[in-house]
Amino acid sequence: MSEITLLSALTLAMARAMEEDENVVILGQDVAVNGGVFRATEGLLERFGNERVLDTPLAETMIAGMAVGMAAEGLRPVAEFQFMGFSYPAIDQLLNHGGRLRNRSRGRLTCPLVFRTPMGAGIHAPEHHSDSTEVMFAHIPGLRVVIPSSPARAYGLLLASIRDPDPVVFLEPTRLYRALREDVADDGEALPLDTCFTLRQGSDVTLVTWGAMVKETLAAADSLEADGISAEVVDVATLKPLDTETILASVEKTGRLVIIHEAAKTGGFGGEIAAQVAEHGLLHLQAPIGRVCGYDVVPPLPKLEDAFLPSEARIVEAAESAVAFA
Amino acid sequence: MTTLVKQGRIRVKRKTPGEVFECGVDADRTIATFAVRYLQHLDPSGQPVGPLPSFAEDAEVMTALYKSMVLTRTFDGRAISLQRTGQLGTYPSCLGQEAIGTGVASVMADDDVLLTTYREQAAHIWRGVTLEEIFQYWGGDERGSDFSGPRRDFPVCVTIAAHAVHAVGVASAMKLRHEPRVAVCVLGDGATSKGDFYEAVNLAGVWRLPVVFVINNNQWAISVPRHAQTAAETLAQKAIAGGFEGVQVDGNDIVAVRQAATDAIETARTGGGPGLIEALSYRMGDHTTADDAGRYRPKDEASNHQSKDPVARLRAFLDDRGWWSKEKEKTLIAKCKARVEEAKEAYLAIVPEETTAMFDHLYETLPPALAAQRNIAAGGDDE
Ligand SMILES: Cc1ncc(C[n+]2csc(CCOP(=O)(O)OP(=O)(O)O)c2C)c(N)n1
Ligand SMILES: [Mg+2]
Repeated sequence: MSEITLLSALTLAMARAMEEDENVVILGQDVAVNGGVFRATEGLLERFGNERVLDTPLAETMIAGMAVGMAAEGLRPVAEFQFMGFSYPAIDQLLNHGGRLRNRSRGRLTCPLVFRTPMGAGIHAPEHHSDSTEVMFAHIPGLRVVIPSSPARAYGLLLASIRDPDPVVFLEPTRLYRALREDVADDGEALPLDTCFTLRQGSDVTLVTWGAMVKETLAAADSLEADGISAEVVDVATLKPLDTETILASVEKTGRLVIIHEAAKTGGFGGEIAAQVAEHGLLHLQAPIGRVCGYDVVPPLPKLEDAFLPSEARIVEAAESAVAFA
Repeated sequence: MTTLVKQGRIRVKRKTPGEVFECGVDADRTIATFAVRYLQHLDPSGQPVGPLPSFAEDAEVMTALYKSMVLTRTFDGRAISLQRTGQLGTYPSCLGQEAIGTGVASVMADDDVLLTTYREQAAHIWRGVTLEEIFQYWGGDERGSDFSGPRRDFPVCVTIAAHAVHAVGVASAMKLRHEPRVAVCVLGDGATSKGDFYEAVNLAGVWRLPVVFVINNNQWAISVPRHAQTAAETLAQKAIAGGFEGVQVDGNDIVAVRQAATDAIETARTGGGPGLIEALSYRMGDHTTADDAGRYRPKDEASNHQSKDPVARLRAFLDDRGWWSKEKEKTLIAKCKARVEEAKEAYLAIVPEETTAMFDHLYETLPPALAAQRNIAAGGDDE
């Protein structure tokens, strides 16, 4: 075991998957010789050769559609989109084809692909490099939408996503790529998909989040503890299909819920979680559901970026007012 | 065979600001020239316009092609009448374009992969998709796309040109595995305006993929005529920007279509890279049964194309060779009608799927998150 970054964990997972299954191929822009713009695929070309690590022309519709075609032929393509803001042509392919192929052919053709892309703000990148639009993918039937929040979960969830028989959109919090290190055993053990991870036990309030906001949320839980408030932290990890059970069980225990996400508030995935809890757990709630989200604005350029991202202070405040409510 | 060559020339002027201007003849010169071949073997009356490829001298091959085209046409007509009487959903007729699908499919290997639009019933029928399955799909039942014949062929692609990018993915898989297989993508003239098509053609060229694009240029994309789609002189030339050859063929001449497809598919299969065939034809019917071409198409345009009909053309050729007769024609028509009626009966007798089927093929294993919704669809209680 060694302490590695989330990025290195992704590389390890891809290498492991390629080792165990010759159908796994990597494709995308600059992924081969250059190892990807963030170096997530570094070393894979040297190890697995240019028939399995493919630099494509600069054409996102083609990358997405090609992956659908490859997957239908039994390969397991792992395609990288350089940034979420450039991945939207893939929505056409996922919505119209990737998520539908199994259903429309009644299981004759399937689509075991993974689309990886960095998501979120916080690295002072240029325009279009800071989007959090996971909800657009989470609305698509037939897909899985998976977001890791630590090196170990990046390794285990990416392995599970590549092995999954259905299409997976794997969204990588750019802000966490190199922000923390963790011991990760390269043991080929996948983590379960479709399951939330309870990262911290608590009894007063449930904080539900995913991706990069897990970092601020855990920090907020620490601050709350210093103030005598015990917060439970749930990392959703797989947005679609959603594990409502874990969230409901936690709310039943704490009676209070605050949902935190970086994406714009209106129509954000937090609304779906709130609706699920209102539908199935209303009577456990002792306070209104709180949401700490990105504003409904265009993610600003770096000068205002910090003011845009939901802060630890906003999370603490929302949790405190939930606890103070009753 | 007539081969008309349309010549194009690109002149490049070197006058980048700041660059020392070159003097003399070399400063403005042609650096590349391109040509597009046109291929026709049978004229509209079925007469050979030159020496024929050897398959065209084979009575068995030619009558088999004819029989499949007639079956397609019989099916197509019946599908329209079933739609008109409320027994089939919206249906896109392939009337007048049968030579394209039949010709191309007839030279594909069983384990090649066909990816088409919704208008290539001729190709599907040749490939062994059953008439019943085609009825079933247009009758609104997904099981119609669970082809019993060509198991690796894609369901029809309704989102225009999206299957062009699937085709390069399929071809990439074949190439990476060093399999001598080919992906064949049939799309419309309108589809050539989409980015998907250009992106696919570009990749096919640069990776030298075993893929063949066949454009069914039926002159119309719903109400938009071919000339309003692009200023390019031919659609075939769009391959040239991808770095490979595009040929234009008379798409109502099955001999030309089949010959062009043979060449392109064999080139692709043997590592020679992709191909593109623009097959000139005409959409004799409405865009679909939900469309009325009378709203946008000159009244006599379709009837003017009648004389170029692909089925009549092949029939005339067979007659001339003494390979066909009135008697044979009568028998064939009766057989085709009987087969179509049989398929229609079988289709109408199909028991609809359980309502839960819409859940059961969404994922390999239904995620627990969907269990409650499935239960409601099954008639259970909304919790
Ligand atoms: C991406 C997309 N845009 C629009 C449509 C609606 N539409 C269906 S068929 C069609 C015309 C297609 O024309 P062409 O490619 O020439 O094929 P044809 O129908 O003539 O065979 C259009 C616009 C569609 N299905 N998909
Ligand atoms: Mg057309």
